[in-house]
Amino acid sequence: MSDHGHGDKPFLAHHFEDEDHQFDSGKLGIWAFLVTEVLFFSGLFCAYAIYRSMHPDVFQYAAQALDTKLGAINTSVLILSSLTAAWAVRNAQLGQKKALCLNLAITIACAFGFMGIKYLEYSHKIHLGIIPGNSTEQYLDGAFGEPKAEQVAFVVPQEGEGEEQHAAGGEHADDAAHAEGGGQDHAHELAPWNDPAVDGIQKQNLAIFFAIYYCMTGLHGIHVLLGIVVLVWLLSRALRGHFTPTYYGPIDFAALYWHLVDLIWIYLFPLLYLIN
Amino acid sequence: MTQVDVPVIAPDRPVQHLDHNYINHSKGILSWLLTLDHKRIGLMYLAGISASFFLGGLFAMAIRLELFAPGMQFMSAEQYNQVFTLHGAVMVFLFIIPGIPAALGNVVLPLMLGAKDVAFPRLNLGSFYLWISGAGFFVYTLLTKGLDTGWTFYTPYSTTGNNTAVISATFGVFLLGFSSIFTGLNFLVTIHKMRPPGMTWHKLPLFLWGMYGTAIMQILATPVLGITLLLLIMESTLGIGIFDPNKGGDPVLYQHFFWFYSHPAVYIMILPAMAVISEVIAAFSRKHIFGYRMIAYSSVSIALLSFLVWGHHMFVSSESTLATLIFSAITFSIAIPSAIKVFNWLATLYKGSVALNTPMLYALEFIWLFTIGGLTGLFLAVLSTDVALHDTYFVVAHFHYVMVGGTLFAFFAGLHYWWPKMTGKMYSETSSRLGSIVAFIGFNLAFFPQFIMGSRGMPRRYADYKPDFELFHQLSSVGTAILGVGLAIVAYSLVRSLFSGKKAPANPWGSATIEWECPSPPPHHNFDHPPAATDPYDMERVEWNEEVGGYVPVQGYRPVVHH
Repeated sequence: MSDHGHGDKPFLAHHFEDEDHQFDSGKLGIWAFLVTEVLFFSGLFCAYAIYRSMHPDVFQYAAQALDTKLGAINTSVLILSSLTAAWAVRNAQLGQKKALCLNLAITIACAFGFMGIKYLEYSHKIHLGIIPGNSTEQYLDGAFGEPKAEQVAFVVPQEGEGEEQHAAGGEHADDAAHAEGGGQDHAHELAPWNDPAVDGIQKQNLAIFFAIYYCMTGLHGIHVLLGIVVLVWLLSRALRGHFTPTYYGPIDFAALYWHLVDLIWIYLFPLLYLIN
Repeated sequence: MTQVDVPVIAPDRPVQHLDHNYINHSKGILSWLLTLDHKRIGLMYLAGISASFFLGGLFAMAIRLELFAPGMQFMSAEQYNQVFTLHGAVMVFLFIIPGIPAALGNVVLPLMLGAKDVAFPRLNLGSFYLWISGAGFFVYTLLTKGLDTGWTFYTPYSTTGNNTAVISATFGVFLLGFSSIFTGLNFLVTIHKMRPPGMTWHKLPLFLWGMYGTAIMQILATPVLGITLLLLIMESTLGIGIFDPNKGGDPVLYQHFFWFYSHPAVYIMILPAMAVISEVIAAFSRKHIFGYRMIAYSSVSIALLSFLVWGHHMFVSSESTLATLIFSAITFSIAIPSAIKVFNWLATLYKGSVALNTPMLYALEFIWLFTIGGLTGLFLAVLSTDVALHDTYFVVAHFHYVMVGGTLFAFFAGLHYWWPKMTGKMYSETSSRLGSIVAFIGFNLAFFPQFIMGSRGMPRRYADYKPDFELFHQLSSVGTAILGVGLAIVAYSLVRSLFSGKKAPANPWGSATIEWECPSPPPHHNFDHPPAATDPYDMERVEWNEEVGGYVPVQGYRPVVHH
């Protein structure tokens, strides 16, 4: 901030005519940046689409290892944080310093909450041996074989046997729906993974789902962490009273970024957790 | 020649040369390393990309020395793989892509808009340090295990069974990609929001139209490279299987991802070059550019079409017949906007009062080389011939004609054109012209024989060859040496001008764009008030002034209104 030429407006950079000019430039800049972010993720979405169409059965099966309940909680946490982020922008526009700080703080708290739940999910999977890149038979047996089947809460719609596993898991509210939907036209594809009849290559392909899962949620998580850094910085500036009804650009831009991070999760949740 | 420390408003003779300017505005190494001034950032980029170009050039020399005779001369085949890979990667990622936008564009773009700076000066400095970090990873790659995958990092070779420093190199490219994205984003916003009063889109200088198209491609294509390289790094480190058929992945997907970026990247390399040429041809023909709107729109249409042709890099990589037909047809259609530009430049030259200063020499050489490069591209767009020519020296010659003959020569055209503005010094026309002509001869000798041997079946990337090709390889190596001599003369002429060059007037060439209205070199803040924009190619607006040694605005000039 070395080059400010407007004495009474401490945050107006020297090369802009006035605050509106600065705000409009920043707004176009953040939108362009969000476009690059969408394209950054698009590679992963594209990979997801290709591999899901190549191995639909693998995706359907492997997705059941994900915890829908935790995913749903995280979705609502992020939606709440988007609300408070939008609210913070309004507070900044109206010059409500206290409410601005409060809403930013709630947004940050939600972000930490999201990462905390994500940590639980990741650590559970790593505990089960579902580690990106690890695709040996051992790992597959460990995660989906008999000893761990109950912990993974797999729903395997196969006559009788599937019911048992399902009862042992019991975490999924929509188990019944899985069983019904899967029982109709994909029954032959949804044999239990530890069934010796299942093709070994097919088993290995299970890793591709988790690779995509870890890449997508991991990259999203990195964006949440970056968002936390930005929001904490803005909170510290808000506490110092930097933002006024004529200068609230950074809050607006950070909120836009946060909405995009939220929106990406809104797509990730059904694509990864709600397959079937 | 007038020398004034404090700008004095003298309407008949504007300030020509500033002793107190952006270069000596503040002192100390930190005043450069932490500067937010777009001109200083541009000069730092210029130093960085020149060093990269020199490094890449050394690798090129090593390749041509090794290929001077059949059999292995002084390298092993493994070393040869590393040398051609590093030549390609350094030249593409560190030199050609940032060359014109980051180095010349940074200096010139805000000046052309009469703005004080780019829209986001700190982001601009951030881009520079991303570039430096990316270059640092390349140096690390070079000093450790090297790299032998080719500049395209094709899987599965790059992820399995490869023991060179693929990860550090790809991470370097990842950082360079973000440097490029942020530069493009900055320029896009600057062109949208920082235009001076009166500069409507149709009064935008063509250099800025070109930079605008480039920015669109940088913003839309480069993120895809970023995610591709992240996946490649994950694949190499963790073996996630995305590109590994053993784990259900698909190596051809990598090629699609890579070329979805890297084909637009080809136009990220050439579009700024075309933009420079449009300025230079008009200025040195002393004539209004012909077909302004067509050139402007062709820049944007090239930018948009560039996203639809990536598949032509994979005609022989298991693409379906239908896909190859479509990609082939769209590839042909890109020739249309490219040809529009060439014809408009030729029409501008026609009946112009052409001055063969160094920038103009480079521009004419550019037209020659780019036309050869572009027309030979058509052979590669034809499916039947591409199957034969794929991975031969024909391809190597084609893209060197476009990327070196096109971008490098345009870079030199722009560098000499804006050199007086950037440094405040005039270079010697004699030595610079000589350098340009020697480089042109050397370049053609180096690469034209490669078309011939390519069409006769010499495959690319081979460390050894059959004696049948010896003559062509030797011509090529001799040409490279001549090109090297030419470039040395160019460098000598420019560096000497810094020490003993004449002081430059504000407008040495008689151009009508705004950057020539501020003194040479410009002051720290460029302009006190944004100058009113007029038609950027109304050359009648300025006239030669003997006393000043440059062009000054015509007093009381009223532009003729064209409709």
